[in-house]
Amino acid sequence: MDATDRAIINRLQHGFPICEYPYRQVAAELDIDEQELINRLQTMLEDKRLSRFGPMYHAERMGGGLSLCAMSIPQNDFDEVVEKINAFPEVAHNYAREHSLNMWFVLATDTPERIQGVLQEIEESTGYPVYNMPKKQEFFIGLHFAL
Amino acid sequence: MVLNTQDQQLIALIQGGLPLSSRPYAELGAQLDMPEETVIQRIHALQEDGIIKRMGIVVRHHELGYTANAMVVWDVPDIRVQQVGEALGRHACVTLCYQRPRRLPDWPYNLFCMIHGKDRGRVLNYIDSLVETEALQDISHEVLFSGRRFKQRGARYL
Repeated sequence: MDATDRAIINRLQHGFPICEYPYRQVAAELDIDEQELINRLQTMLEDKRLSRFGPMYHAERMGGGLSLCAMSIPQNDFDEVVEKINAFPEVAHNYAREHSLNMWFVLATDTPERIQGVLQEIEESTGYPVYNMPKKQEFFIGLHFAL
Repeated sequence: MVLNTQDQQLIALIQGGLPLSSRPYAELGAQLDMPEETVIQRIHALQEDGIIKRMGIVVRHHELGYTANAMVVWDVPDIRVQQVGEALGRHACVTLCYQRPRRLPDWPYNLFCMIHGKDRGRVLNYIDSLVETEALQDISHEVLFSGRRFKQRGARYL
C-alpha cells in the first residue's frame, strides 16, 4: 500500500464521477495515468482491500427493508448458528461481538414486510430468539476511513 | 419512487460493480442496449432521487489496518436522544450514529454509534473523550468490540 493507493482510496470514498471518461477525470485529479488508476483499482479489488466499487443503494428508497439484529448464542452452538444465518441471502454483514448478545447482523430484504418473515425463519432454523433493532433515526452516516 | 424496467435493469447490472475500463458507462449501455448518454443521465437521476447514495468504493476496513471496530451503545433518556445523537455524530471518530429501539429488559440502549480505530486502546481513548466533551458521565454505555467477521458484502437488490 503506497501513497498512490492511499490517495485513490481517500478520493473514491467520496464519490466517483458520472461522465464519459470518469477514470480519466479522477486520474487527472490524482496526477496519475488513467490506466494506472484502473490497474490499481483492479488489484485492490482482487486482494480484497476494497469490498466494492460501484453504487451504494439506499435500501429504503429502493423499496427494501433494512434492520440490525442481534442474538445471544452459547459458545458451543456458535459456529453452527453462524453457518445457518449466513446461508440466508438477506444477511448482509455478520459480526461476533463481545457481549451476551454476541452475534450481530444486518438484514436487507426486498420489501420492509419481508424482514419479519426472515426473522421468523432464522428463529425457526436456529432455535434462538432474534432481537430486531431497525433504525428509528439517523444522526450521521459518513463511513470514511482516512488513510 | 417506482422504478421503471430500464432503471431496474441498470441497478441490477451495476450492483456487482462498475466496469474497469475507460468508458464504463458506454460498456454498461452496450450490455443494456442503451446509449451511453442515457446510462449517464439515468444514474444521475437515481442519485438525485437518493436511490443511489453515492458511487465509489467501499473499503474493507480490517484489511486497511482499522482492526478495532467498536459499536458503542448508550441508554439516553428519550428527551435527550436527539441532542446527544447529533453531538456524537459531529465527532470525527464516529462513523455512524443511529437511534434504535430498546429491547427491554435485556437491551436498554437506544443510541448506537460505530467507532473504528487502528487498535483498541485508541478506540477507548476516543470514547473517553466523547464522554468528557459531551458530558455523558450520567449516561450508561457499553462498548461492543467486534470479534470475528463472518460476512461483509453489500446488500443485493433485484
